[in-house]
Amino acid sequence: MKWVRRSAIAFLLAVAAACVLADYVTPADYAHQFRDVPDAASSPQHLLGTDALGRDRLSRLLYGTRVSLLLAPAAALLSSVLAALIGGAAGFVGGWMETCVMAATDLFLSLPWLFLLITVRAFLPLNVSPIVSVAITFALLGCLGWAGAARVICADARTLCGSDIVLLARASGSSGFRLLWRHVVPNLKPVLYAQFWISVPVFILTEANLGMLGLGVAEPLPSWGSLLRELESFSSFSAQPWQFAPLFLLIVTVSCFHLALRKEELCA
Amino acid sequence: MRQRLHFFVLLLNVFLCAATACAQSGGQLRFCLGAEPKTFNPLLVDDDASDTVRYLTGGVLVRMNRVTQQLGPELATAWKISPSGNAIHLTLRQNVRFSDGTPFSAEDVAYTMQRLMDPALHSPTGDSFRSGEGKVVTQVAGKNQITITFPKPIVGLDKLFDQVAILSSRSPRKEMAVLGPYYVAENKAGSYVLLKRNPNYWKRDATGRQLPYIDSVRLDIQQNKDIEMLRLTRGEIDFINSLSAEYYDKLATQAPKMAFDAGVSLDSEQIWFNQVPGAPLPAYKKAWFTSMNFRRAISASINRQDLARVVFRGHARPAVSWISPANKFWFNAKLQPHPFDQKAALQFLARDGFRLQNGTLRDRDGHAVEFSVITNAGNKGRERMATMIQQDLTGIGIRLNVVTLDFPSLIERITRSFNYEACLLGLVNDDLDPNAQMNVWLSSSENHQWNPNQKTPATAWEAELDALMHTQASTLDQKKRKQATDRAQEIVWQQEPFIYLVNKDAMSAVSTHLRNAQPSVLRPQVYWNIDQLTLGSGGAKGR
Repeated sequence: MKWVRRSAIAFLLAVAAACVLADYVTPADYAHQFRDVPDAASSPQHLLGTDALGRDRLSRLLYGTRVSLLLAPAAALLSSVLAALIGGAAGFVGGWMETCVMAATDLFLSLPWLFLLITVRAFLPLNVSPIVSVAITFALLGCLGWAGAARVICADARTLCGSDIVLLARASGSSGFRLLWRHVVPNLKPVLYAQFWISVPVFILTEANLGMLGLGVAEPLPSWGSLLRELESFSSFSAQPWQFAPLFLLIVTVSCFHLALRKEELCA
Repeated sequence: MRQRLHFFVLLLNVFLCAATACAQSGGQLRFCLGAEPKTFNPLLVDDDASDTVRYLTGGVLVRMNRVTQQLGPELATAWKISPSGNAIHLTLRQNVRFSDGTPFSAEDVAYTMQRLMDPALHSPTGDSFRSGEGKVVTQVAGKNQITITFPKPIVGLDKLFDQVAILSSRSPRKEMAVLGPYYVAENKAGSYVLLKRNPNYWKRDATGRQLPYIDSVRLDIQQNKDIEMLRLTRGEIDFINSLSAEYYDKLATQAPKMAFDAGVSLDSEQIWFNQVPGAPLPAYKKAWFTSMNFRRAISASINRQDLARVVFRGHARPAVSWISPANKFWFNAKLQPHPFDQKAALQFLARDGFRLQNGTLRDRDGHAVEFSVITNAGNKGRERMATMIQQDLTGIGIRLNVVTLDFPSLIERITRSFNYEACLLGLVNDDLDPNAQMNVWLSSSENHQWNPNQKTPATAWEAELDALMHTQASTLDQKKRKQATDRAQEIVWQQEPFIYLVNKDAMSAVSTHLRNAQPSVLRPQVYWNIDQLTLGSGGAKGR
C-alpha cells in the first residue's frame, strides 16, 4: 500500500503548492465581486463559476484552502502540545494529579462544544480584521480541543511508567525530569504524532461547522467552512454541480491526511 | 335533432355544475408553519404561527382587504367613531353563532374588550389600544349595539379591530369557541395543527352557499425552508406564504405558474450606527456616528441598486425612508432613494474634516476609519448585504468588519450592553398606519434603536420627530396626519439615523390547483381571503 500513501502525500503537496501559489494562479482576487455575473456557471473566465455575490469560486477555493490548511495544523499543534503537557504530566505523576486532570478532562469532553464556541465567539471583540478573526477561531479550537488527546496520552504515559524500560531507567538512577525527557517523552512520540494528524481534519470540520452557522471566518476571507455554506440549499445541487468542489476537496484532503499516516502511527 | 341538442345542453349543464361543485367544496388545504403556535388564545398572540391560527379561526368585527387596503364589515355591519376619537359605536351582525353553537351578541364584544384590556393579561394586541391612563368602558345597548369608550383618542381606531378575535362570554369552551371560518380540531405538538370548517360560520357567497369552501386546513410544522419547497413541488402542500428571492427564482424556473411576486412589501432592511452616549466606544467613533455628514456619506457609498439586484435577485427596491412605497396612502412620494455617489460621499466627509490618504480614510485627528457591523448569523440576505457594503465602503477608504452573531448575543448588544458600532437588521411591518411605528420613532422609546430611552431628545431633529409623531397620533384629521408623517419621513431621509437599504418584495408560491388566491403584499399574503379559496383536482397528496 505504499503507492496509496505516496499518492496521498503527493496530493497534499499539490494542494499545498496551489495554495502557496494562489496569488499567481487565481484569476481574480478572492474578495472581488463581479456583480454583473452572480451565481454564474462554469466558464473560461470563472472555471468553477461565481458565488451569489459574483466572486470567483476557484480563487476563493484556493485561498480558503490556504486558510484552512495553514491554520488547522497550527491549531492541531497547539492542542497536541497542550495534551502532551497535561496528559503526559498526569500519567507520569499519577495519584491525585491524575485524578484531578482526568476529572477536568471529563468535564471538557462533556461540554457542548458548538454552543460553547458560539458563546466564546460572541464575547470576542467585534472590531477585528478577518485575518485576526480566523486566527482567533482556530486558536480557540486549539485551546479547547486538547481533552480527548490528553486522555489517550495520560493512559499511554501511565502504561509506560510501569514498563520495563522505565523500570530499568529508574534502576539505573534516572528520575524526575531526566526520566520524563529521556525515556517517557520519546516513547510517546508516535501517539503524539497520531493525535496531531487526527486533530487536523477534526479542526477543519469544526471550522466548517462553525462556518455553516455563520460564526467561523469573517467575510470576505474564505475558508472551507464558509465555502461549504453554499451547500446549505440542497435544491440547487443539480443546477450547480461545481458548488461541490470545496466539499470534494475537503473529503479528499481529509482522507489523504489519514492515508499519509504510517501504519504504526495509525495503530498508535 | 332538436331533442338531441337539448340532451347535449342538459348533459353539459350537469357536467359544469358537477365540476363547479367539485372545485368549490371539500378537500384539505395544507401549508407549513415555521414553528409551533405558542398559544391558541387569540388575545395572547405574539408569534407568526399563533397569528396564523388566529387569522384562520378568529372572527373579527372588521377586516382589512389586503389588496385594496380598505376596511370592510365582518361581525360589525356598521361602525362610527365619535368626533373626539376616543369611542366607537358598533352595530353587530345578528343570528351569528360560535363554532360550538353559542349565540353571538354585544355581550361577547364587551367581554372580549374587558379581557383584552386587562393589565394582568399582558395582551400584545391590547397594547395597541392603550391610549392613556384609565379604564375602557363598554356600553351594551341591546343584542347588537355596543359603544366602546377609551380613555383618550386613538387614531385609526377601527383598523385596530382587524386583529381582535371575538371571544364568547358564555361558552364552556372559552377561547376555543370561535367565530372565524375554521376551528382548532386537533393539535399534535411539534407535528401539525388541524383546523376544521366552522359549521356555524356566518358568511355566505353570492349564491347563498355557506363559506368556507375548503373542509379543513392542516398546518404542518416545518422549519426547513428547503424541505418546504420540496414538499410544494411534490404537491404535498398547497402554498408557501413567504418566499425568499432565491427560492422564488428557482420556482419561477421550474414552475412559473406557481411563483407570485406581489411587488414591494412593507418590510425594510436597514443599517444604523450606535449613538448611545454611554456606549463603550471611543469618543472619536461616537463623534463619527453622531455626525449627519458621516451617516449621509455612508449612505451615498452604498449601491442599493446592486443590493436589490444581486442579493434579492431583483425582487427588492432601494428603500427611501421608514414607510415603504407599498403603503399607498402614507408613503411620501416626493422622496427618492439616495443615489450611489461616492464623490458626494467624500464631499460629505470633507465637511467633517475627513480626508483620503493612500486609500485610507482618516478623520481630523488621523484615526483610520474602521468600524464593525453586526448582523444575525444564518440570515444569508443580511450577510450578503453586509459583504457588499463592505466592498462598497472600500471605495471611500473605509474598512468595514462584518461580524455575524447568534441572535440572542446580537439582541443583548443592541438593547442592553450597547457594545456595538453598527448593526444591520430588518423591520417586519404588518400595519399600514404610521402609528404602529411610534415605538421606533419616539426618542423615549426603547425601540428607538440608535439611541433608545432618551429622557429628553438628544438632537433638535429628534425633538421635531417626537412632535410630529405626537401630532399624527393625536389628530383625527387625515390631512394633518399625512402632513406630519410626510415631514417625519423627510427628516429621517435627511438625517438617516436608520440608513434604509431595500424594501423586499412580497413573494409567495401557490399551487396551480388552489383557486381564488390573490397574493398580496400585506400579511397573510396568500390566505388573507381563506374563506374564498377553493381546491381544484390534483391537490395536495395524502388528504
